[in-house]
Amino acid sequence: MSEYKSGSNLEKVLKAGHFAFTGECGPPQGANVEHLVEKAGHLKGYVDAVNVTDNQTAVVRMSSWAASLILLEQGLEPNFQMVCRDRNRLAIQSDILGVYSHGIRNMLCLSGDHQKFGNHPDAKNVFDIDSMQLIHTVKTMRDEGTFLNGQKIDVPPKLFIGAASNPFAEPFDFRVYRLAKKIAAGADFIQTQCIYNMDRFREFMKRAVDMGLHEKCYILAGVTPMKSVGMARYMAKQVPGMDVPDTLIKRLRSAGKGKIAAEGIQFAVEQIEEFKEMEGIAGVHLMAIEWEHRVPEIAEMAGVLPRPKV
Amino acid sequence: MIVAEPKPIKEILEMVRDLKKILIVGCKGCVTVCNVGGSKEVAILASTLRIAAKKNGKEIEIGEETLERQCDPEYIEEIKDIINDYDAVISIACGVGPQFLSERYPATRVFPGVNTRFMGGAIEHGIWSERCAGCGTCVVHYFGGLCPIARCSKSLLNGPCGGSNNGKCEISGDVDCIWDIIVRKMMEQGRLDELLEFKPPKSWMTARDGGPRTMTREELVK
Repeated sequence: MSEYKSGSNLEKVLKAGHFAFTGECGPPQGANVEHLVEKAGHLKGYVDAVNVTDNQTAVVRMSSWAASLILLEQGLEPNFQMVCRDRNRLAIQSDILGVYSHGIRNMLCLSGDHQKFGNHPDAKNVFDIDSMQLIHTVKTMRDEGTFLNGQKIDVPPKLFIGAASNPFAEPFDFRVYRLAKKIAAGADFIQTQCIYNMDRFREFMKRAVDMGLHEKCYILAGVTPMKSVGMARYMAKQVPGMDVPDTLIKRLRSAGKGKIAAEGIQFAVEQIEEFKEMEGIAGVHLMAIEWEHRVPEIAEMAGVLPRPKV
Repeated sequence: MIVAEPKPIKEILEMVRDLKKILIVGCKGCVTVCNVGGSKEVAILASTLRIAAKKNGKEIEIGEETLERQCDPEYIEEIKDIINDYDAVISIACGVGPQFLSERYPATRVFPGVNTRFMGGAIEHGIWSERCAGCGTCVVHYFGGLCPIARCSKSLLNGPCGGSNNGKCEISGDVDCIWDIIVRKMMEQGRLDELLEFKPPKSWMTARDGGPRTMTREELVK
């Protein structure tokens, strides 16, 4: 038996006690492989794994497993994302077998944004199972070696199981319990929603640490650098479950013309510095949305380079 | 009750454009309660069709009937002597009505006059809200007496998702996040432990996913 659950690079980095640093790359709205390779190329060597989103915001894109395989070919480690919106339990389990067979070792389990947000609002959704049950499914397949129906799997998939947590969504008091529930269901690591309200996040983490959750699971803090005041306002008003304090919007605005993006990066770097010291935080998940080329400098500024080789 | 709403009159006029003798059939069940398919609405639709025909210089004959229920063959039978006098029937019962009529009177064209929306109730006069998805295995007692299958946009059994926003669902500020209500209620009642229990994947076999449903209660079958 391997000492690892999946043997992924991310798992090894975390298990060795390093501060993990993961990135993100959204597949193209088309078959533009060249563009995907170019975007992902910026992350190579700067992150431990790259999240590959699954039709995020319910907009049709290249499938997350296919884009994950392209990243794998490029020498990057994907963190394959899967949502429950578009697949029933048959498709979910067969895709899990498929990605594992091709060398994918990390998987992030999500419910998925409702299709009403996306570019096919007339679609029928699936939601046969929810994100909690998806975590449980991957764990059952890996650790019990069975499908959901109890039938034995001929070579079970060994994936490092990720889940999301939104510390800012209502009802706030329940969020840490839901995190505990995801860990109990089988999550090995957590990537949080983008954090902007540091006070609230500190309170959330204090509760998580009091419950000992950080000892059962690796918690990676979500960071998305603000590119502009417009983006900050959009995140504050339009994105469900996002908490952007006015003080941050003011700070960005007062940076002045031409310096707002740099200020956004500066804030992200300060956050990462604090997360490195925060009890219970095992790493950072940097979601630089369509800003992959800025990841190397953010990583450099935040002092998370070079990435460990385990 | 089964909640329905009137079809746009334009759509109904288009459906029966070439027909001269039409029987409008209402129902005294759910659709009467939700003010869409009772005798009053039969009369309103009949006058509307007559006025429209007159305006277009067409001759039209409209019959009006309201049955006790359209989901029961016994009452469907009541129009057997008059139905052949008409070119077509507009049923303003829920989706069951036009089908029971079509099955009993295969030679007659039947049109739906309402859109059947959901199983729910009136939360105030003129406002109806969905409560049941008819999944066939009721579990509301696990969720503070509230149904996340019918009322959560993602039918989550282990909610709430990260899109819950000040008590509202991520899909719209007009939609309550049922999980927000469930969590608050259970926490107030000191039943947090129950919410922390993992709810396994549900069997949808008893829901529509298991195929069209028929139910037999042997003790009632003659």
